[in-house]
Amino acid sequence: MKPPPFEYEAPRDLGAALDVLEQCGADGKVLAGGQSLVPLLNFRLARPEVLIDINEVQELAYLRREDGRLHIGSLTRDAQAERSRLVADHWPLLADALRWVGHPQIRNRGTVGGSVAHADPAAELPVVLCALDARYHARSTRGARTLDSEEMFRGQLQTGLEPDELLCEIEVPAMAPGAGWAFMEFARRHGDFALGGAAVVVESDEDAVCRRAAICLLGAGPTPVRPRAAEQALVGHPLTADVVSAAAADAVRDIRPRGDIHGGSEYRTSLIETLVGRALTGAAARANGAAS
Amino acid sequence: MRTRRITVDINGRTYEADVEPRLLLSDFIRHEAGLTGTHVGCEHGVCGACTVQLEGEPVRSCLLLAVQADGRSVRTVEDLAISPDELHPLQQAFHECHGLQCGFCTPGFLMSLEPVLAGADELSDTEIRELISGNLCRCTGYQGIVDAVRLAARRVNARAETEGVT
Repeated sequence: MKPPPFEYEAPRDLGAALDVLEQCGADGKVLAGGQSLVPLLNFRLARPEVLIDINEVQELAYLRREDGRLHIGSLTRDAQAERSRLVADHWPLLADALRWVGHPQIRNRGTVGGSVAHADPAAELPVVLCALDARYHARSTRGARTLDSEEMFRGQLQTGLEPDELLCEIEVPAMAPGAGWAFMEFARRHGDFALGGAAVVVESDEDAVCRRAAICLLGAGPTPVRPRAAEQALVGHPLTADVVSAAAADAVRDIRPRGDIHGGSEYRTSLIETLVGRALTGAAARANGAAS
Repeated sequence: MRTRRITVDINGRTYEADVEPRLLLSDFIRHEAGLTGTHVGCEHGVCGACTVQLEGEPVRSCLLLAVQADGRSVRTVEDLAISPDELHPLQQAFHECHGLQCGFCTPGFLMSLEPVLAGADELSDTEIRELISGNLCRCTGYQGIVDAVRLAARRVNARAETEGVT
């Protein structure tokens, strides 16, 4: 229950951090908020040669709105994003989901970038960012690269980041004016890992006919899952109870969540279907409320 | 293993030591500073017993390395009481409402709750339960803790009002 020995580097700016990452290659591991990594170290499930602590790289801690898009520095603490007026006003889906991340003490340390780079399929932020079509800006001494959610979330705890790359910024497109949204998850106790969940964004016209829908499932597989066919099937229809329940059934048709002591695969599938339905209903009410 | 010299302010006193980078802040507080009020339960960020305040914010000390607290200020439960004879209103309320039995989890609850009390005089039970969701107690069943938080919030804010502080 104590971390294994490691070398410790604490670069003070981005350039120095990228240099250390290049030198360490696959032997290095980036430490941001540490709310997932330090437990792995304490359990000795992770044994990096070098821990690269980026907490001094303050240039990576920012929240900005430019051209309607949200730019989140990867070192931004969850609690900072949660308290941000900017996020609450323009990306309410993100603000809502942040309340579900761990506990207050965890959010004081945990970072937005860390949650992405850890890529836990039961984590809230990857799911919401995927639903919002976020893009991820990574840097290395070789240059800069931008990934989308599909490229970023490759498997359970696996990302598309190369060993020498550092996730620097998450860029979130504007939510359409009047878009409806909802985030739902179920956990036995608030703050525990959710057994399932869903993030939803819908855009409707004045007649409440759906123009665009994004659905992303939490805990449905090794990565956040976007059921594209279910999203497409909603377009052109008003979100009535029948349409919503058909879309929810559609959304979970191809998922096989892994069962464990907390809930079997069948139970989790059924749970996610229910949550997708509720999220769509909630989002539709908000979209129509804004339109009327 | 290379050690590093760190200087940490704990409860207004400076502690300096050579530590391995892998030393957890919780172990630094208990073994180097000798402040055993901070309790260590699960050591993986679930139970909340080791919660301390880093620069005023509640954090898990078992999920921080001591080297990360270098040059920073930490506050532990030893700093909470107003004087040797007068408990902090939160401690007093825990005492009166049976908010503890064995007391193992109590320092974590206190350090988590203390910063949120000011300005939160009427807390609903749901809000209180959300505030304490990151701390586990195996004795009380939480009801006494919820009562204590409600009472402490009222007292802290009533006192702030009479003193003209908001």
